[in-house]
Amino acid sequence: MSSAILLRAEGISKSFPGVKALSNVNFSLRRGEIHSLMGENGAGKSTLIKVLTGVHEKDEGSFYLEGKPISPVSPQDAQRLGISTVYQEINLCENLSVAENIFIGREPKKRGRIDWKEMNCRAERILSERLKINIDVTKILSSYSTAIQQMVAIARAVDISSGVLILDEPTSSLDKNEVKQLFEVMTKLKSEGMGIVFISHFLDQIYEITDRITILRNGEQIGEYVTKEISRSQLVSKMIGREWGKDSNQENKNTRKEVQQVFVSAQNLGRRGMISPLDFTLRKGEILGLAGLLGSGRTEFAKVLFGIEKADQGVLTIDHQQIRNMTPKAAIDKGFSFCPEDRKVEGIVNDLSIRENIILGLQTKRGLFKYIPMNEQREIAQKYIELLNIKTPNMEERIDNLSGGNQQKVILARWLATAPKLLILDEPTRGIDVGSKAEIRKLILDLASQGISILFISAELEEMVACCDRVIVLRDRKKIGELDRTEMSESRIMDMIAEGVPVDET
Amino acid sequence: MKSLPFSIKENHIFIVATTALILLLYGYGSFSFTGFSSTQVILNLFIDNAYLIIVATGLAFVIITGGIDLSVGALVAFVSMVSASLLEQGVNAYIVILVTLLIGIIFGAFQGYMIDRFDLHPWIVTLAGMFLARGASFLISTDSIVITNETYSSISRAKVYILGDSYVSIGAIVAIMVVIIAIYMAKFSKFGRNVYAIGGNVKSAKLMGLPVKRTIILVYTLSGFCASLGGLVFTFYMLSGYGLHLLGMEMDAIAACVIGGILLTGGFGYLIGPLLGVLSMGIIQTLIMFQGTLSSWWTKIAVGFLLFLFILLQRLIVMRRGRRKVIRLEKQNPSLPVPSQPVSGDFK
Repeated sequence: MSSAILLRAEGISKSFPGVKALSNVNFSLRRGEIHSLMGENGAGKSTLIKVLTGVHEKDEGSFYLEGKPISPVSPQDAQRLGISTVYQEINLCENLSVAENIFIGREPKKRGRIDWKEMNCRAERILSERLKINIDVTKILSSYSTAIQQMVAIARAVDISSGVLILDEPTSSLDKNEVKQLFEVMTKLKSEGMGIVFISHFLDQIYEITDRITILRNGEQIGEYVTKEISRSQLVSKMIGREWGKDSNQENKNTRKEVQQVFVSAQNLGRRGMISPLDFTLRKGEILGLAGLLGSGRTEFAKVLFGIEKADQGVLTIDHQQIRNMTPKAAIDKGFSFCPEDRKVEGIVNDLSIRENIILGLQTKRGLFKYIPMNEQREIAQKYIELLNIKTPNMEERIDNLSGGNQQKVILARWLATAPKLLILDEPTRGIDVGSKAEIRKLILDLASQGISILFISAELEEMVACCDRVIVLRDRKKIGELDRTEMSESRIMDMIAEGVPVDET
Repeated sequence: MKSLPFSIKENHIFIVATTALILLLYGYGSFSFTGFSSTQVILNLFIDNAYLIIVATGLAFVIITGGIDLSVGALVAFVSMVSASLLEQGVNAYIVILVTLLIGIIFGAFQGYMIDRFDLHPWIVTLAGMFLARGASFLISTDSIVITNETYSSISRAKVYILGDSYVSIGAIVAIMVVIIAIYMAKFSKFGRNVYAIGGNVKSAKLMGLPVKRTIILVYTLSGFCASLGGLVFTFYMLSGYGLHLLGMEMDAIAACVIGGILLTGGFGYLIGPLLGVLSMGIIQTLIMFQGTLSSWWTKIAVGFLLFLFILLQRLIVMRRGRRKVIRLEKQNPSLPVPSQPVSGDFK
């Protein structure tokens, strides 16, 4: 294996409003190696890829391809330089044929016109020879499953790339054989001298296929390691920034009295393809954690509970009353509130002011046509801005001018204004700075002591252990156990999650 | 992982349905009215609607990208007005033709540039364009100007005989040529395929490295060009320029596209579609003319019904496709009902 550096990134920084996505990241890819970028969600892996391939503009730093500085301004540009990418979400056109998706932008031509026959022929050859799948390439892409679509995206990238191939979580929708097939292709390309960047949440895959690992955490580069020389526990602890097996001093300052009164309970509640049926109970004023990796079903369960996704089996009981046909509206009427995982997409309304964002939840609860007088609105907004210590010049400021932590507080305020009995918090502290994290945690404990039940989802186990009274551990969309406060520790949860499954986030 | 062999056939449904409709109406007409079945009646459809065929075909490209161009009707009127007034001042006919075509190209390119560069909604930009073009026509003159230019009137009178006594106009021939070129472009040029890709998924098209910006500007330029060419053909047909010509014609063009199976959400449709759409609207008009007692406004009512029918059909197919996809996924992989579920158990 030659160790000539093919692609080098130096001091890359990138900020989005309110978030520092990358700060001073270095990365180098050698010829003929498979290099993994590892890190938790939001660590900056995808951002680095997008900056490198010209989707986003970088703020600082430079890229070198074979020693020459490059700065691709578009994916097209990157492709010309021989860098091709399969992005995390499948990025193909479903309305075009399979062959066309592989070749669009560089269609074979004969006498000035697109040579469809040749194109179909070559597409078939690439798919069958390189990826060992035989499908009708003249059919439109949407007639195939996600896995096949993913393979088509890979085929396109493989066929385009001449030096660097970037695969951002290509295996998440592939089955075992397809993954094997992909790895064979990757190994072959590697032996041909190509440099491959491979991003995956599955540790087993990382150890099976990669040569080197670069770890990112919170947009910073932690280090570059040779895969063979770093153990799994070292890798994981570097990714999450604390020692595997060592617990933070268990500072569960939770001195609230145990209340026995059950607020919500469920028997066998589940939805096919999202979450296997599970039982759970949540008492008044209790903080219940849902622990598990990304895709373990934690968010899915929260969505089923809130009625965003309809449960197709099981019974949900709220305050001794059986509920059928849960809808978000019914959930809100019952005193539920839900702070979603991705506040950018599912939480804040960008164009509205802080006040308007806070009032939204209350308005829905009261009915859309019941006007809330302006001075009442102001009063409410002011109350929560003070209570949650939201840092803003004034309440009429547009919400997208706030930092991530403050945006999160506004969403919390929105739900608190509805006087909720149950607060579902899906990753409330993700992507916000340490100070705000601590504030939000403290707030959660305060709210619970006021008798609000809280369903708490977080990827940070430390946080879970510090806040929760009980934790339900999920794996592969199934409940695999429940720990109460006396049994709960980070290592215990981690063990339960990690037992023999590909670790994908923590 | 075999999939059902419907999808390709499904793509042809609209073409088949529209063709069937035309044949049906034609059959009914020939059966009910004497003289309806003569070749000239059919050819008249092309002659009378040549301008609409051209405009709708250009518009179809825009619609396939997921956009819209509302300025085409006004642009046709503007072109007729510019032609008439230039000819009145004694400018050479060929120069006039060149100038009017250039007007369309520049007008369209400008709209495309606005839409792309400032990320504006095509509805708004082309609505503004529509007002501009319509208003500018009246700036030239508020009255109708009759064209007396010799070249123009000879082109207007020219008859190209095909099949014995039957003939078509120059305009109709231009229209057919435009359709043929459009079909070819859509299928065999990079530009054409990029148009479909953008209509399918702009974000993907960008990430796949396609020249999205250029294509969007080009597509509105093409629409502008077709509108001015349509305007030219219309001017030959009418031999006059008037600011009130073809009020609301852009809607007829959109209707023709929809009836011809061009999906308004973009990414789907064949370029023969607009022609078929225009012909089916034309044949309805002819039927009503032959019938004699009904007011010509019944054409609009019939077209309205047709549109309802066709959007419903489009919607049903899209819905069915979505449903079938889910079923297929579950069949393929009963243990993994959700495709994005991480693979587990492989490494135990």
